[in-house]
Amino acid sequence: MGLESYIAERKQKKDLLVMAHVVCGYPSFEDNLQELEIMAEAGVDLVELQFPFSEPSADGPLFVRANEESLKSGTSVDQCFEFMAKVSARFPFKLLMMGYYNTVFKMGEARFIERLVQAGGVGYILPDLPVEEAGNLYALSEQAAVEPIILMTPTSSHKRLAQLGAASRGMVYVVARKGVTGSKTDMGDDVVALIERCRQHTDVPVGVGFGVSSKRDMDFLRGHADLAIVGTAALKTWEQSGADGLRTFFAELLA
Amino acid sequence: MDIFDFSDGREGYYGEYGGVFLPEILHATIEELLSCFRECKSDPKFWQDYVALLQGYSGRPTPVTYLENLSRELGGAQIYVKREDLNHTGSHKINNVMGQGLLCQRLGKKRVIAETGAGQHGFATATMAAKFGFECKIYMGAVDVARQRPNVFWMENLGAEVIAVEDGQQTLKDAINECMRDWVTNMADTHYILGTACGPHPFPEMVSWFQSIIGIEAREQIVNQTGRLPDRVYACVGGGSNAMGIFQGFFDDNNVELIGCEAGGHGVGSYMHAARLAYDDASVGVAQGFKTYFLQNDEGNMNKTHSVAAGLDYIGINPIFAHLWEQGKVRFEAATDMEVKEALRLTMRTEGLIPALESTHAFVTALKEAPSMGKDEIILINQSGRGDKDIFTIADALDDAKWKSFIGGKADQYRGEES
Repeated sequence: MGLESYIAERKQKKDLLVMAHVVCGYPSFEDNLQELEIMAEAGVDLVELQFPFSEPSADGPLFVRANEESLKSGTSVDQCFEFMAKVSARFPFKLLMMGYYNTVFKMGEARFIERLVQAGGVGYILPDLPVEEAGNLYALSEQAAVEPIILMTPTSSHKRLAQLGAASRGMVYVVARKGVTGSKTDMGDDVVALIERCRQHTDVPVGVGFGVSSKRDMDFLRGHADLAIVGTAALKTWEQSGADGLRTFFAELLA
Repeated sequence: MDIFDFSDGREGYYGEYGGVFLPEILHATIEELLSCFRECKSDPKFWQDYVALLQGYSGRPTPVTYLENLSRELGGAQIYVKREDLNHTGSHKINNVMGQGLLCQRLGKKRVIAETGAGQHGFATATMAAKFGFECKIYMGAVDVARQRPNVFWMENLGAEVIAVEDGQQTLKDAINECMRDWVTNMADTHYILGTACGPHPFPEMVSWFQSIIGIEAREQIVNQTGRLPDRVYACVGGGSNAMGIFQGFFDDNNVELIGCEAGGHGVGSYMHAARLAYDDASVGVAQGFKTYFLQNDEGNMNKTHSVAAGLDYIGINPIFAHLWEQGKVRFEAATDMEVKEALRLTMRTEGLIPALESTHAFVTALKEAPSMGKDEIILINQSGRGDKDIFTIADALDDAKWKSFIGGKADQYRGEES
């Protein structure tokens, strides 16, 4: 089943889906597995598995350190794909690869798509790959029925949104504010207006991320977005209060 | 040859290299920058203002100096040096910074950020920001902060805020990442003054354009002084802005050989260097906003780099050079840390010049090749910066006992003041 129909199906049961995030190999693959178990229990619908990169320039401090520590402990691309295969066999949620373009470029775009499909991934998010540079990768993706997740932002003009919308498939990732991952966003009229602006240019489901961290944010997004994307807040909770804390975090978020 | 004519190819690409690989959030900012830059570049008045500013503020044109003693001692080619070290703040970095300062005024932005390796670019940016009244924040790897304290001292006293970047290898590349993070947040009022001819388009073109003033002057000066063009031109290459600057003056002169000198660090096979093209360790990748040769592993993660010269200690080569190297237009060599120290000592003793450790890499290669050239041949070296700033590193390298005892005394004095 493609990403878009998967989202449509899940949306029949609830009005706002949740996409969560783990950095592969941080703090360890064992920890990742525990985190994912908790996410599955709570009913998370989609998970981004971030493949660590040495220059994560779009990430905030917490994920920067997570990328760095993961690489330091020896995490390889092979391990990330193996982990993805294991996770996709075991859990009901769908998986996206998240990472930086050099990881894909070095392995070769065709090989990347092949490995992603083999590992059970349904799409990928590459924040430093603009649509202008992605023609070949998008074509390969279409053949393999995996989805490139395109980012729409508050600084995107109407003209640009039209361009991004035309290329969008599966879902779009709406960046709620300027900046990097991991700081608070004031969910307000601006975010609603942004979502509406984005919807004018695409028919695929809309996920909203950057700064989504609480039940209040969820309540705010309900009725506007199709998915809430939760990243840093979950990792922060895991680091501060472990499995119990994360269980409570997702239970509250999805209550 | 106009490498910046993109009408037959892709905008911002030099062969396969360059481009824009940035988060979507910066798309509009880059478009705005590109359109402002195009406006400046096609406005002769802008260039006139730029040249006048550098004449009044930075002492341009910088001279070309004939190294009579060294030429005689080596017994080969006649050696000339373009003196970018005589600029205000002591290096060519001021050229780019003043240009981008004028551009920032046109953009109507009030805040500037910059990365810095050796500290020369940060120092120059802080100077410009003070002059133009911009708020200024400089990102510098914590390792570089530790080895370049004098420049940090000046930046802070010029009113800039200096942030020591603790991520990654804590050097230049990490400072660039941190600038990107600042920029994706504050682009509305902030211009990112990238210091070298790397990064996403239009930075390689823009920085090269501002630095082309070096080559324009140098070509005219050497022809006036010697009656002809040089046979070879040498410049050190970190990101490659000083080399792009001087080489552009000679792009149309097919008999002038252009030689880029990279940081050989501990030498071939050591994996402790920053020689992207002179050694075989680099491969093509995409990072820091552009595509070029990077020192990286098979999975695309960046390797550790090393150089005695912080300003050359960088993972990637500018995309224009990646292309020109493949075209055979520029030759690349590397100088090791050891060779740099020897060449520096020789240059100081025979000519009374103190090139920066970065610039000394160009001297190493030139001094190696000069003896086998004819006495009627001419070589031109770009002395991109002055070495005074490196006094701590150089004194260490030369193991100078009197310097150590002076620093010991100073330390005792400060400790006494604290207690």
